[in-house]
Amino acid sequence: MRDIAIIAFGQTENKRTERLLNEAEMIAPVVGDLLKSVGLKRTDIGFTCSGSSDYLAGQPFSFVMALDALGAWPPINESHTEGETAWALYETWVKMQADEEIETALIYGFGRQSMGSPREVMTLMNNPYLEAPIQPDTISQAALQARVMIDKGIATEKDFAEVAVRNLKHAKSNPLAQCSGDFDAETLLKDPTIASPLRKHDCPPITDGACAIIMAAGDKARELCKRPAWIRGIEHRIDVQALGQRDLSECPSAKLAAEAAGVSKGKVDIAELHAPFTPQDIILQKALGLGDDTVINPSGGIHQGNPMMGTSLVRIGEVANRIINGEADRGVAHGSQGPCLQQNIVTVLEGE
Amino acid sequence: MAPDQTQEVALRADHKLEFPYVRATGPILGRFFTEIRDNGKFVGIKTSTGRVICPPVDVDPDSLEDLSVEDMVEVGTSGVVTTWSWLSEARPKNPLDKPFAWALIQLDGADTALLHAVDAGSEEAMSTGMRVKATFIDERKGNIHDIACFVPED
Amino acid sequence: MSETKPVKYVNTPICVDFDYTPGKATSNFLRSIKKGQLIGSVCPDTGKVYCPPRSYSVETASPMTEIVELADTGMVYTFCIVNIKFYDQAQEVPYVSAYILLDGADLPIMHLIQECEVEDIRPGMRVKAVWRDESEWTESMENIKYFKPTGEPDAPVGEIMENIRSKSHA
Repeated sequence: MRDIAIIAFGQTENKRTERLLNEAEMIAPVVGDLLKSVGLKRTDIGFTCSGSSDYLAGQPFSFVMALDALGAWPPINESHTEGETAWALYETWVKMQADEEIETALIYGFGRQSMGSPREVMTLMNNPYLEAPIQPDTISQAALQARVMIDKGIATEKDFAEVAVRNLKHAKSNPLAQCSGDFDAETLLKDPTIASPLRKHDCPPITDGACAIIMAAGDKARELCKRPAWIRGIEHRIDVQALGQRDLSECPSAKLAAEAAGVSKGKVDIAELHAPFTPQDIILQKALGLGDDTVINPSGGIHQGNPMMGTSLVRIGEVANRIINGEADRGVAHGSQGPCLQQNIVTVLEGE
Repeated sequence: MAPDQTQEVALRADHKLEFPYVRATGPILGRFFTEIRDNGKFVGIKTSTGRVICPPVDVDPDSLEDLSVEDMVEVGTSGVVTTWSWLSEARPKNPLDKPFAWALIQLDGADTALLHAVDAGSEEAMSTGMRVKATFIDERKGNIHDIACFVPED
Repeated sequence: MSETKPVKYVNTPICVDFDYTPGKATSNFLRSIKKGQLIGSVCPDTGKVYCPPRSYSVETASPMTEIVELADTGMVYTFCIVNIKFYDQAQEVPYVSAYILLDGADLPIMHLIQECEVEDIRPGMRVKAVWRDESEWTESMENIKYFKPTGEPDAPVGEIMENIRSKSHA
């Protein structure tokens, strides 16, 4: 196995609506600044991969337009995943394992949810014969999951609110955060439910944003970065799509991915969980085997911003940044997509 | 003349992304929809371990073998709510245009649940474990919209 | 029920509504065209003029801040004759879609060619925009109904395209 590390991460400010810029115009400054920060030119990058969703962007082949941001000439070695960008990072990692000539890579993700209605758009990820036509929205689906946890005595509505309180508190130290502040669970629980038992604080914000990561292999990573965040394990697994065929209080695919990535092989200082809804944060802590000695979502997690399909890459970037700057030695980043945590990817990062 | 390039507000337009998809059901989902349309009945599919999955699937999740129409078995039009959520404002294209509950419904004789709407009138009328029954529309066409919704069983 | 044929297909149309914003550069282009003006952006590294304009150079990723006005005349770079109607098609067939290189631009735009026999259209043919009445102008490319031949001698298309290619960084 080749040693591959994350050496830089950057993102736009997480905004409720970005009315002025399009995708390429959001991505270009992020990528430009990131390259400059590690002293690379765009032509030095060996492989480029992105993640996005055409349904969210409102146009087929939206990634083609986004390529305008890169100065992709002469034609570059690149690929794209239609979905969350952590999977684009996974593809890049595999590609770098297979092709030793690739020393550096750029991964970027973007989404402008504000142009559409995410609650409607996301119904399209469900079974197209049985579910998508009747449009079960994401909040209602997460609420079905939340109810199972309550019925089984695993968590209460207050526990869900405490996840939001923790995320929003952590987000206070994140200058790019969309939502942050000091709240208390009792007050939050006075809000009406949107889809019972879930309230506004249990749900992700709607965000427009873009993010990017630079990866490098072996000595190249050491040359470009004082303390690279080495990828020690990265795995993804998938559960059955139909909610009615799952025990929604658990997430077997996240558990398997965490085991395969080697989460438990050492102390986990920090973890960033891609839990769009607060009950899922509790499910994931258990599935990943995280204990009290792990700081969960130091960035503010989903509440700091949700630039779908970049959200999962932000999780990896936030862990990597804390390793690069010496705040943490070992961390776990989780990404997910699909209804109620259907697909899960786990990355273990370590400093040297 | 110097062209105007100073405006820092983007234009906007209404935009509809439309795809007129027609999907082949395959024999198993085809039978599922046919039974709903012609007989107002639900059918599930029996796996190698004897579990009944409804709505039916093409591949046996227990053995990973292909399933066939011969494996299909009738299940009830009533069942039990295994989890639910009260939606205080219905969304466009939902089965009901008033507040209702989304629920996973395990039909009698099935081991898995179907996602649909329950018209219970109020959140207080909903509970996990309650019994509900399917109601169908009159002019059925052989798709999921043939199920109007579920209602609490008397 | 009278219907007895087994179900083999289901109609599952998808329709999603957007409040679409095209970004900074395209907004400026559309605002210009509302005034009957075509604009392009200049790549600071290659000097290439892009129409419609972008905010960043497609070839070098440098910000493109210089905007230039372009003529509504140009030449046909390449074209195709469409003989088959497709779904929701407004245009009568046969019609001609062409890549038209506007004078002053280095990237062609796509538009229609009319007011000539389809068999007469050729690369290098000089064309000019036919605009709708000014009272109908909006922020839309449809302000130009189509392009028509000017009758001028053909442009040396090979030489012009070679010149554009040579501007690219290797």
